[in-house]
Amino acid sequence: MHRVVVTGMGCVTPIGSSVAAMEESLAAGTSGISAFPPIAEAPASPGLRFTQTARVDGFDAREYLSSGTLSAADRTAQFAIVASRQAALQSQLTQHHAPQRIAVVLGCSTGGRSSEEAETAKLYTRDARLHPLSVVRTMANAGASHTSIDLGITGPVFTLSTACASGTHAIGMAFHMVRSGMVSAALAGGHEAPLTFGFLRAWDSMRVVSASRCRPFAADRDGMTLGEGAAVLALETLESAQARKATIFAEVVGFGMSADAHHITNPAASGAVAAIHAALADTGLPDAADRVGYINAHGTGTQANDATEATAIHQVFAERGARIPVSSTKSLHGHSIGATGAIEALATVLSLHHQTLPATAGVTAVDATLNLDVITGAPRKAAVELALSNSLAFGGINAVLALAAWRG
Amino acid sequence: MDDIAQRCIDIIAKSKGLDPQSISLESSFDSLAIDSLDKINISFEVEEAFNIEIPDDALGSLKTVGDVVDGVRRLTSEPTA
Repeated sequence: MHRVVVTGMGCVTPIGSSVAAMEESLAAGTSGISAFPPIAEAPASPGLRFTQTARVDGFDAREYLSSGTLSAADRTAQFAIVASRQAALQSQLTQHHAPQRIAVVLGCSTGGRSSEEAETAKLYTRDARLHPLSVVRTMANAGASHTSIDLGITGPVFTLSTACASGTHAIGMAFHMVRSGMVSAALAGGHEAPLTFGFLRAWDSMRVVSASRCRPFAADRDGMTLGEGAAVLALETLESAQARKATIFAEVVGFGMSADAHHITNPAASGAVAAIHAALADTGLPDAADRVGYINAHGTGTQANDATEATAIHQVFAERGARIPVSSTKSLHGHSIGATGAIEALATVLSLHHQTLPATAGVTAVDATLNLDVITGAPRKAAVELALSNSLAFGGINAVLALAAWRG
Repeated sequence: MDDIAQRCIDIIAKSKGLDPQSISLESSFDSLAIDSLDKINISFEVEEAFNIEIPDDALGSLKTVGDVVDGVRRLTSEPTA
């Protein structure tokens, strides 16, 4: 068994298309949520109950990708390539690990959604011919495949899909692969670019999107805010990181998974409890629960999620549950489905590295019935040894990462 | 340069992010760094623009901008039914 550390990070998010920019936004509490512009494909009245999303504005893939790759890659894969490059560049992992010993494990829920919708609309409305690269634009594994091609990585490369937990599952599985010795390094994270008219209308129909903007754990919370983006972590063994004197940003110490086996949309606290317990047990530390000093919550801002997640925290941590600082960075970067868990894991790594916990934005009054220490207003300085990043997905699928501050 | 040639050059220029002035009928795909994915994309855009269907066996023989223009001329001059 190897210890596994984070030696590189990359991101393309509504609060910054580099880790430095995202750090700045987390510190300043700058939200990436804003009113979305008119939707070209939509009728004058788009039939949406909400007006805001968290978009990656100003992303021009032509700055990064060749014309051939551009024509073959949907926006979601473009995000994956750019975030992966950043993580690889910072960690220098492709220079220090054999290509067949590196894995790429990415989470993605909706595949090439904008390409799928654009091509399908052409077909269904005017029987038009479809672009010959439609298949590779829309396949869910495109992000992982393009990343492997772009960086020359030949080890295990795959995409997994667990809705809102995809990015967390990807990092967790890659962590276990490096820990076990199956590979010596990995690029792991998630990517999603789902903000099409069809996607927005589908979520609108579920009536779980905030009419204004998400306010996780707030007394007046009224739903989530949809987003897009990508985040990737470079993971490797502690031995290799230390041997080459790489900068270590945090250690991945545990990962837990579970399923509610209850309902396709309504969460059950028992599943979240099981995943948190599994992540704590996976650390191998008998007192892991006592060491947790921060929880980056799934915190979607829906009534059901936030109440269920609070219940789970109290069940796991008993009387400490009310005292562990909790925040939901979705209030800044939105809920980017398959990417969000990876973006939150990145935020958690940064929290540990800087010993500063991000605040939940947009909350004027915390829901007192939740009995949680929700960080609001400004980020909080804190001495944190162990942090959790929770993802509780539709389908009743849960994934929790345990990350530790690196004090080497 | 006639309309067909100019439109083909414009499609290639747009696809590659190049100045149309930098492209001539003699420009080879290699000299324009047109890779296999570019070729698929450009062929599709040309098919769309001229409402033609490039035969499978012709796709592989396209090496220059002039080849594309000649192919479009042939396909657009053929009786459609």
